[in-house]
Amino acid sequence: MKDVLGEIERWRAAGRRVAVARVVSVEGSGPRAPGATMAVSEDGEAAGSVSGGCVEGAVLTEALDVLSSGTPRLVSFGYSDDEAFAVGLTCGGTITVFVEPLDW
Amino acid sequence: MSLYETLRDALRAETPVALATVVAGPGLGAKLLVRPDAGPLGSLGDADLDRVVARDALGELAAGQTITRHYGPHGEARQDEVTVFIESFAAPPRMVIFGAVDFTAALARLAKLLGYRVTVCDARAVFATAARFPMADEVRVAWPDAYLAEVGPTLGRRDAVCVLTHDHKFDVPALVAALATDAGYIGAMGSRRTHADRVARLREAGVDDEGLARIMAPIGLDIGARTPEETAVSICGEIIALRTGRHPPSLRETSGPIH
Repeated sequence: MKDVLGEIERWRAAGRRVAVARVVSVEGSGPRAPGATMAVSEDGEAAGSVSGGCVEGAVLTEALDVLSSGTPRLVSFGYSDDEAFAVGLTCGGTITVFVEPLDW
Repeated sequence: MSLYETLRDALRAETPVALATVVAGPGLGAKLLVRPDAGPLGSLGDADLDRVVARDALGELAAGQTITRHYGPHGEARQDEVTVFIESFAAPPRMVIFGAVDFTAALARLAKLLGYRVTVCDARAVFATAARFPMADEVRVAWPDAYLAEVGPTLGRRDAVCVLTHDHKFDVPALVAALATDAGYIGAMGSRRTHADRVARLREAGVDDEGLARIMAPIGLDIGARTPEETAVSICGEIIALRTGRHPPSLRETSGPIH
């Protein structure tokens, strides 16, 4: 979270709504540890990362959805989930990401 | 002030804080912000759950761990209706480097890259200057034992003490004082011959086998490091390995030439 505070503050100061996506668990080989955070502004700017670049595009979409709906959600990305999710992790692990509006 | 703003201010001030968030179950997204020296803020939606999670979050924060835990609706153990993500924002680990020598600047620079709060301490005012160590968070002119008498009680398992002075006059009091702390890593620079001599002096100063076993010396992993920068990598590699319980070759476990 700390590494994206600067961007979050800049967006907030400009009156833009923000969503945050945080890695809450990693199974198997995952590139980023729990706590890794990606922040997304309502106009689609992103800061930080939750993986080695494999799932950031999908997380951006989830974050914008969450800003529209206002409801947080838990999303998993994994090598074995290729039917459920279009994107996976090339390293073969599974990560679970909590995506929520920064309205707290 | 919102929960986020309190968290933001704590992160900027580097004061320890933990954020608990319901990521599955009733109260999805509800939060509790927990601090060691102040009451919790926010709520997960149930007073009993708040109490149990606040206690657990303080424990995780002390260990510097970020994890997911499961509870019953009122904080019951061995139930899993509520999934809570506890994110610890511990204060950065600290590295205390004794000796304002060539190797110190490189080690301080690498330690900063790894997220340490770095103090350089040397009793010689000519060498221990902020101008020579601009990357350090703090440069202190003090005898090692005097400095550790002050900050030693606050050092813990995540913290490192590196003794680079090469001079018994400073090394011995620094190591004796470091062994009285809970620092997770204590390393001392010097050749094998220097260290053998130092061991004798440490024994004279009352250090027992258990204490000697805590000292990583000669400091660093056996990677053939020569330059100050390479040596910094070898030391930081050893610190990481000690924390993670891995066993790459440390110089103290081998007997060949260091370089």
